[in-house]
Amino acid sequence: MWRSGSWWLTLALLLGAGLSPVITGSATLREDMFLILMLITLASSLNILLGYTGYVNFGHIVFFGLGGYIGFYLMHRHGWSLWPATVAAGLATAALAFALGMIILRLRGAYFALATIGINEAVRAFVANFEPFGGATGMSLNFAVYQAYGGAARALWLAYGALLALALITVGISFAVKHSKFGLGLMAIREDEDAALVLGVRGPQVKTLAYALSALFPGMVGVLFFFKNGNIEPGDAFRLHLSIETLVMVMLGGQGTVWGPILGAALYERLRGYLLTSPLFKNLHLAFAGALLLMIILFVPAGFIGWLRARFPVVRRVVV
Amino acid sequence: MDFRVLLASLIDGLMLGFVYGLAAMGLTLIWGVMRVINLAHGPIIALGMFGVYLLFIHGGVNPYLGLLIVAFLGLLFGILIYALAVHRVLTAPHLSTLLATFSVNMMIIGVGTALFTTTPRNIDISLGRLVFGPVVLLGTRLVAVLAAVFITAALYLFLYRTTLGKMVRAVASNRAAAELMGIPSSRVLALSFGLGTMLAAAAGGLIATFFPFTILSGGTYELKSFVICVLGGLGNPTGALVGGLILGALEGLIPTFMPVSYVPVIEFLLFVLLLLLRPQGLFGER
Repeated sequence: MWRSGSWWLTLALLLGAGLSPVITGSATLREDMFLILMLITLASSLNILLGYTGYVNFGHIVFFGLGGYIGFYLMHRHGWSLWPATVAAGLATAALAFALGMIILRLRGAYFALATIGINEAVRAFVANFEPFGGATGMSLNFAVYQAYGGAARALWLAYGALLALALITVGISFAVKHSKFGLGLMAIREDEDAALVLGVRGPQVKTLAYALSALFPGMVGVLFFFKNGNIEPGDAFRLHLSIETLVMVMLGGQGTVWGPILGAALYERLRGYLLTSPLFKNLHLAFAGALLLMIILFVPAGFIGWLRARFPVVRRVVV
Repeated sequence: MDFRVLLASLIDGLMLGFVYGLAAMGLTLIWGVMRVINLAHGPIIALGMFGVYLLFIHGGVNPYLGLLIVAFLGLLFGILIYALAVHRVLTAPHLSTLLATFSVNMMIIGVGTALFTTTPRNIDISLGRLVFGPVVLLGTRLVAVLAAVFITAALYLFLYRTTLGKMVRAVASNRAAAELMGIPSSRVLALSFGLGTMLAAAAGGLIATFFPFTILSGGTYELKSFVICVLGGLGNPTGALVGGLILGALEGLIPTFMPVSYVPVIEFLLFVLLLLLRPQGLFGER
């Protein structure tokens, strides 16, 4: 990995884009980049299960919401600082995914996809009733909390910095997994699970590990997002739609590639921003996104990066 | 616990259960025939609601007559969805069909929100009520139950007694073999998809006669349909009706024991548990 030019290129591009708000000091640019980096993290982590392993997960956002809730709870009720709360929330969601994965990854194909929808809804309904998490109204951070980080303005920059680091780590892990024996096992499962098992891939363990890994990062991102937001409630935290938009991003860029989710997240976010602000498409942005998704599935199922790699074999060495 | 309250809630829930079952039958039929989970199911239910509503408000059409028109339009719409979005990806991995039907979902919701906004609507009709001691039967719900039973019977007769229905079942059990027997499988698949959306639209139309709704309301019933399908066995239409009754009974009874907001928690826990322990459903796959 450290000798791969492709990895350094990815790192340089991401770091350059991520540092641009820091250099210019522009708060609007920072807000834009915050959203894009968040989506890159979500899409890249989803890609580990969806792209590499071939398991459709409609409940990816459960870990985002639950991580946000756990971190928020620790900060709000127990006065933890942002950093340990973020790490604790990430570890908690990963552990939960590990336990959950041992059970539900026995299901394959559409059954697994349905189970993930069920889990998303069950967790949302449960959190809406769970008093320590504030029930249906959720929780709000006291503004004074931000004083500990040198004021609200500085806290936002800190959260941004943490997110940038997290996005880089996620993409790094995604790259490392893709080029490891572990990743090869996942991809073998994607191509033909029974054959992979026969050839000695330790199916259940590998899948569960992939699921836990893909749950680690959304849990941490959730804390940063809701810390910046200042409040959290069940409807925001477990939006099934965000799960599916993340799927669209992965598909748009190219599932099973490292660059695909990055490109897909950035493109989708730009596109949605444009549609939401243009007077013509403002009310129709969802319909437009749906039509775009359908076009991709019907005509470019490999996504942009996948198409590029298939069409121009030369770029395969650089574009992973 | 007062037995009379319990009985009243149970009957209320069971009556809703028939309509839930009808909606779920649409989903389970499509799965049974072509192994596609139709994620546009919810918005189609919502379109059924709006169809009956618009015919009633603007055309003055009686909701139950409107239901027939909506069911027919639902059939055509389903065939259109099949041709545009599903046919090409039928043999692709599951992800493709899931996302293709979801893209239809997004388009319907997007256009629907722009056209109808999300202000709640309702169809204001009353067919009186029957009172048996503690049990009050609303006329609209009774008619909905009868309609659901009638449609189920019609579907059953269609699938088991007509040539076309037999073709649908042949394609469901083995598409390649059916094709070899001279059955135009693509057209039969399109028809089956249309039948599935027809059932969803009809269920939506019935629900609209007793609950207020928006274009987003279908989502709730879509999720309920998933639970019901798994209860009754994915791909088993009669199982879906029984599953609907079970879910309806649960929805009627749970609020008498605990806060009503716990209903979805229990429903979805049951759903995940069932998927794990008995993915073939309580009555097996058919």
